[in-house]
Amino acid sequence: MVNAKTTSKILGLKCRECGSAYPAEAIHVCEFCFGPLEVDYDYAAIGKTLTRETIQAGPLSLWRYAALLPVDGPPTVGLHVGMTPLVHAKNLGRKLGLNHLYVKNDTVNHPTLSFKDRVVSVAISRAREFGYKTVACASTGNLANSVSAHAAEANLGCYVFIPSNLEAGKVLGNLVYNPTVLAVDGNYDDVNRLCSEIASEYPWAFVNINVRPYYAEGSKTLAFETAEQLGWRAPDHVVAPMASGSLYTKIRKGLTELAKLGIIDEHPTRMHGAQATGCSPIARAFEEGRAFVRPVKPDTIAKSLAIGNPADGFYALKTAQETDGRMAHVSDDEIVEGIKLLAECEGIFAETAGGVTIGCLRKLAEAGTFGKDDVVVAYITGNGLKTQEAVQGKVGDVVRISPSLTDFENKFSLEDKGASVAQAKAAGRG
Amino acid sequence: MAVTVRIPAPLRKLTGGSSDVPAQGATIAAIIDNIEASHPGLKARLCDETGGIRPFVNIYLNDEDIRFLDGPDTRLADGDLVSIVPAIAGGA
Repeated sequence: MVNAKTTSKILGLKCRECGSAYPAEAIHVCEFCFGPLEVDYDYAAIGKTLTRETIQAGPLSLWRYAALLPVDGPPTVGLHVGMTPLVHAKNLGRKLGLNHLYVKNDTVNHPTLSFKDRVVSVAISRAREFGYKTVACASTGNLANSVSAHAAEANLGCYVFIPSNLEAGKVLGNLVYNPTVLAVDGNYDDVNRLCSEIASEYPWAFVNINVRPYYAEGSKTLAFETAEQLGWRAPDHVVAPMASGSLYTKIRKGLTELAKLGIIDEHPTRMHGAQATGCSPIARAFEEGRAFVRPVKPDTIAKSLAIGNPADGFYALKTAQETDGRMAHVSDDEIVEGIKLLAECEGIFAETAGGVTIGCLRKLAEAGTFGKDDVVVAYITGNGLKTQEAVQGKVGDVVRISPSLTDFENKFSLEDKGASVAQAKAAGRG
Repeated sequence: MAVTVRIPAPLRKLTGGSSDVPAQGATIAAIIDNIEASHPGLKARLCDETGGIRPFVNIYLNDEDIRFLDGPDTRLADGDLVSIVPAIAGGA
């Protein structure tokens, strides 16, 4: 494997626990304490050239922030990822008593409709710099979709490992790109453990194992874009879903980096984490005031968040403590309600993880966590068309009619008829 | 009990490159002491100063995380496979 040479931007990798330094290679664990390795940037060098103007002059994708992403050369895959809408959620905000509620809408991320396109475009661009010919991942679904799509674009071999009980849309969303899909008889934690062992034996770039230090950095772009879209400021509150806890911690890292470089002002953003009750090892540890996470066996419809043994749980707890954040968790019924609430209020169809985020947002709002004029950003990370099973039978049904005006009018009471006909006519004229 | 311990890549410098190491012991804790005797330095990587297993180390007995069993006191049978796996992996 070709090692990428150290550049002025990436100094190397550093253990987050003991500080041991490593070259910027495809490794993810400290040999001494097993702590996670993180990219060590030369912020002084980055700060010399990075400004709001240089960012705004960049492409309309997450690569406008390439200076703060761990690739040496120009990106080579996923050039259209990111810069998703930041939606001012006025209707939902009104319901929750929030005047400045925003939804970062990664349900429409390119190309596979989840935030995972961010981390994967970074990971695979980096993997190519390392010279890898095959990419792989352990996934709850969205990641596998994104790795499969980007591997196709980059002409790389591709092995994706998923739990065998995933939603049909997420399985099909892999197969269409023609990777090798391994459906593992077990839950995500079983898949992850298997992949960790395979990664020790095969010369593949497992995006969320040996390439994880680079991959995880892609999530920072959610924070970068939010700050830019808010007019170069950090929000007062972030509400983000937690599976491994990585995305949640990286949003904070992104905001911190922008402030450190003077791109935005320092601002005390409170970081709030959202989990499904059926898989809430981080939120439970927070509730119980523990500094460590006790693994659980997941049982929730939010399969994309069903990680019982979260790698970044420890850091997520720390993030909440350091930012005066809260954590919440919601039941499967509340997840479905959350999906419907976002769809009915804002016209955004989120997957189950989005239902978790909105359900927890509502709980936090009802608990008085936010001031009514605070800027609150909720991160919606995946598309509802991929997890249709979750809402099937729980939304309204079609009204079946024959193609006759009489039948149409028979379906409505007089009162309804007046309104419906008026609406139909208005629509016809429009 | 005679068991096999599977060593992850970051620790193989201490096992001469071996991915599987034979070991003897009745519990996980005893196995850690046993592989330390045959491959000095391993225990310090797996356990902190107080002797507890480091938070970023996952240990599995066959297919189960020992935190769902009896932790370091988990008892072993002949032929068991004990896997040491870095905890930092997966998700995003």
